[in-house]
Amino acid sequence: MKKQNSLLSYLIPAMVFSFSLGAKFSGFELGERLLDNQGQYLKTLLLLLPPVFILIGLFEVWIPRKTIEKHFGSSHGIGAWFWLMLLASTIVGGLYVSLPLAYTLYKKGTRLRLVYGFLGFSTICRIPMTFFEASFLGLKFTLIRYAIALPLVIISALLIERMTGEGKCKM
Amino acid sequence: MRYLYPIAIILLIISFFASKTKTWQAIRLAWKNFSSILPRFLTMISILAIISLIFPVEKMGDILNAHSNWLGLLLALGIGSIIFVPGFIAYPLAAILLENGVPYYIIAGFSTSLMLVGFASLPVEIAYFGKKAAIMRNISGVVISLLIAIAIGFIYGEF
Repeated sequence: MKKQNSLLSYLIPAMVFSFSLGAKFSGFELGERLLDNQGQYLKTLLLLLPPVFILIGLFEVWIPRKTIEKHFGSSHGIGAWFWLMLLASTIVGGLYVSLPLAYTLYKKGTRLRLVYGFLGFSTICRIPMTFFEASFLGLKFTLIRYAIALPLVIISALLIERMTGEGKCKM
Repeated sequence: MRYLYPIAIILLIISFFASKTKTWQAIRLAWKNFSSILPRFLTMISILAIISLIFPVEKMGDILNAHSNWLGLLLALGIGSIIFVPGFIAYPLAAILLENGVPYYIIAGFSTSLMLVGFASLPVEIAYFGKKAAIMRNISGVVISLLIAIAIGFIYGEF
């Protein structure tokens, strides 16, 4: 991961925020709505992210790199896909939660294809989402989606690993 | 969503009894990881705020209702890729759209791209995995959503 902490990296959010503030005080309804939206999304993220990052911190400190490398490293077995799918299904929220988790798995020595697989699984088999889908759109719908998405996610994970190069991303 | 808090707190307490130094180290790491990605998350919030101004959830129905054909599917994929709606809002909305006569394949294109593709979270994804991988994963998400929509269309006899 690149260093993100220069002031420049705050440029876009600062600009959008001050634009909304300016619009609001010039009497445009648009500013009010933009501020509302930002507040709502900020609330969603701040409610969810602190425990996620605490869990990541505990994971980084307590789980030895060797354990992860042994099961999810370059010589992983077929079962590794299954365990990551199980882990991904317990995720709440969305990509913004699974992305930091996936990066931690990668830092601990998980092979890139499995990391991309984990990301993909987290978008298709989250348990709460699956229940909502099956109850509103029908179980048949959900089963078809799983049957098609699962193999395709694995194929795309293999493809992305091949195209980006396994050893290329540095820690 | 809130059940993450008790889990994190219980694990922190267990960790604290096992090793004080390791627990402080974990908390410091948590803060370091969080604060270094924070600007990207704030950028994501800005993008989402603008997107939901242009495509409010209430209007989603009108847009997807208007075209029940290939154009409708493309719109569903495009909108699903850029907006951000949690499942507990998206699926009830999808059920209402179905009742209003929107075909299953358009619902499938919308709901799967909604989950698989994250335009607004791209700044975060790029920071972690680089431009190439992030863009490839999102494009493959669009392709997978399209294939699912087509399969759903055939199986439900809509083509």
